[in-house]
Amino acid sequence: MSADRSTAAVAARRDERTPAATLEFDGVSKRYPGASGPALDNVSFTVPAGEVCVLVGPSGCGKTTAMRLVNRMIDLSDGDIRLDGDSVISRDPTTLRREIGYVIQQIGLFPHFTIADNIATVPKLLGWDKKRIQARVAELLEVVSLPPEMAKRYPRQLSGGQQQRVGVARALAADPPLMLMDEPFGAIDPITRDRLQDEFLRLQREIRKTIVFVTHDIDEAIKMGDKIAIMREGGHLVQFDSPAEILTRPADEFVARFVGIDRALKRLTLRRLHDLEMAPVPAAQVGDDAGPVYERVAASPLDELIVVDGEGKPLGRVGADRLQAESRVPDSRLDPVGVTAPETWTLRDGLAMVMTDGNRPLLVLDEAGRAAGVVTVEQLSGALRPNGSPAPTVPERGDPEVSA
Amino acid sequence: MLAVPGAVLPNFGQTSSCVRNNGLFCWSWFSQHWSDTFGPAIGQHLVLTVIAVAIGFVIAMAASLVAYRLPWAGAGFNVVFTLVFTIPSIALFELLVPATGLTRTTAEIALTSYTLLVMFANFVTGLRGVSADVLEAAEGMGLTRGQRLRRVELPLAIPAIVAGIRVATVTVIGLVVVAAYVDNEGLGVPILQAIQNSSFKTELIAAAVLAVLLAWAVDALLVGSQWLLTPWLRSRRA
Ligand SMILES: Nc1ncnc2c1ncn2[C@@H]1O[C@H](COP(=O)(O)OP(=O)(O)OP(=O)(O)O)[C@@H](O)[C@H]1O
Ligand SMILES: [Mg+2]
Repeated sequence: MSADRSTAAVAARRDERTPAATLEFDGVSKRYPGASGPALDNVSFTVPAGEVCVLVGPSGCGKTTAMRLVNRMIDLSDGDIRLDGDSVISRDPTTLRREIGYVIQQIGLFPHFTIADNIATVPKLLGWDKKRIQARVAELLEVVSLPPEMAKRYPRQLSGGQQQRVGVARALAADPPLMLMDEPFGAIDPITRDRLQDEFLRLQREIRKTIVFVTHDIDEAIKMGDKIAIMREGGHLVQFDSPAEILTRPADEFVARFVGIDRALKRLTLRRLHDLEMAPVPAAQVGDDAGPVYERVAASPLDELIVVDGEGKPLGRVGADRLQAESRVPDSRLDPVGVTAPETWTLRDGLAMVMTDGNRPLLVLDEAGRAAGVVTVEQLSGALRPNGSPAPTVPERGDPEVSA
Repeated sequence: MLAVPGAVLPNFGQTSSCVRNNGLFCWSWFSQHWSDTFGPAIGQHLVLTVIAVAIGFVIAMAASLVAYRLPWAGAGFNVVFTLVFTIPSIALFELLVPATGLTRTTAEIALTSYTLLVMFANFVTGLRGVSADVLEAAEGMGLTRGQRLRRVELPLAIPAIVAGIRVATVTVIGLVVVAAYVDNEGLGVPILQAIQNSSFKTELIAAAVLAVLLAWAVDALLVGSQWLLTPWLRSRRA
């Protein structure tokens, strides 16, 4: 993966970027002619600029309908949809659509266009010159982590996952202030899907678009959304809230059932180990005086000394009993480092690890592999409680470094 | 009634022994008459075919575009084109002669009408076969109706369009032979002459074989152009 390169590529163009738009649904209803009930019933919510709003709900609850109303593929029956305060009804549909990136539910790449031409669709419609289009295509291939030689291929020569990426690149091409993504990772195996989700979040951290993202998978919604709009049959919006709120305080029985009986566990996926207040690591280097080190070990939940190298990377462990008998931190017969966890793991991953390791405190490493802190099973299970001592603050999505 | 060999033989130049014995196929006679009979006949045959298919293409394309947008109009076209198609060709030629005479126009009107149904049906199938996902994506990205038609629907219908043209062309190449009744042109002329005048086989066989070869050649040309026009279908799958 070319995370650094694409980050640089995106950053290079950051100044030219169109600012994200605020999207408002205001009492929106849609009745299809001949249908018995509305497909969308008096739906109101606001997606602030630069945020991801996930529409989630069972099949037929009106998710695609909501998207198609935004870019005027279909017309509103009632209410209004505003982009940065301007009603979409006042806009020419064709111009409007070129300003909104649209990833349809079934990808819908043009089979007769090369990947490059697919991505260049909207820029060509907007009359960009050839050079600019070429540069943009190359940049976008990088952004969605596709090798440049893909440009000349045709869609059917790509795997499903690659096609999804092209679909996303194509929607991003003209740098739209709003993206509509209808189950963009729908027809993809779970592993690729997970990776695409991670890449998408990384990308969103850079581009900060306003995104409406449709899924019928609540786990995907929790992972991707700044806000989640839970819908139910008949086009009702049942709850519009942050993932944490939805998991902690489901609005009604429907939402509670929809998020699942494991919603307490799901809440653990919202936070990462570095969001916890970790206990300091009882660490020392070989040859350090054992006395004061022993005191730190005794005060730590870990009950063991972590012997580290000059950079702070763990080399091994020494039990408290043995340490007491030594005068200096020994360099031989160290116990293996054993189980550790990167600080970017979710609490759920951390809890699973601790439980398979006999509920012993978990040594957490930072991104450089240095011993960063110790987390206990009490801390992890405490986070399961809705009103547990560590308030369920959701870190600003995409800025884990800041909150670390 | 047996024709006496020699007596009713076409009197083209000196007769070879093959001609005198009425052999099945006389190469020397054939090559002797290539430049005055068969060469020009192939040319005329081709011109008649191309005109008929070209006019038929324009009409069928226009009709299929209307039918694509308005399904009820499509049903109407279908009835008309089917009717025209089912009239026996000889009858249609005869019916037209009082109006347009023994002319190339008469031939072309009849030939064109036989291309309409097959091309129309194929074009409509091709246009309707473009996947709804692709059209939805095109619309959602802001392609206008015209842009969708030119950049998406027509290109994706190329295989069906070419298939229609191929069947129409091969059909017309066969019918041009019959059209020689009203318009004294093409490979039908030597065939009719041979049927009417003699039991001499060379002329008949040569013209018939040439008509078949012509059909093959034109068809191969069409297959080749489709290959060139649809690079995305050539690519190997991932
Ligand atoms: N063009 C249409 N004409 C009539 N009814 C429609 C049309 N499109 C959708 N509907 C109906 O409106 C309702 C909402 O459909 P929509 O496609 O928005 O659902 P969805 O939430 O996207 O479902 P899925 O998860 O299956 O994609 C459904 O009952 C559907 O049958
Ligand atoms: Mg849908």
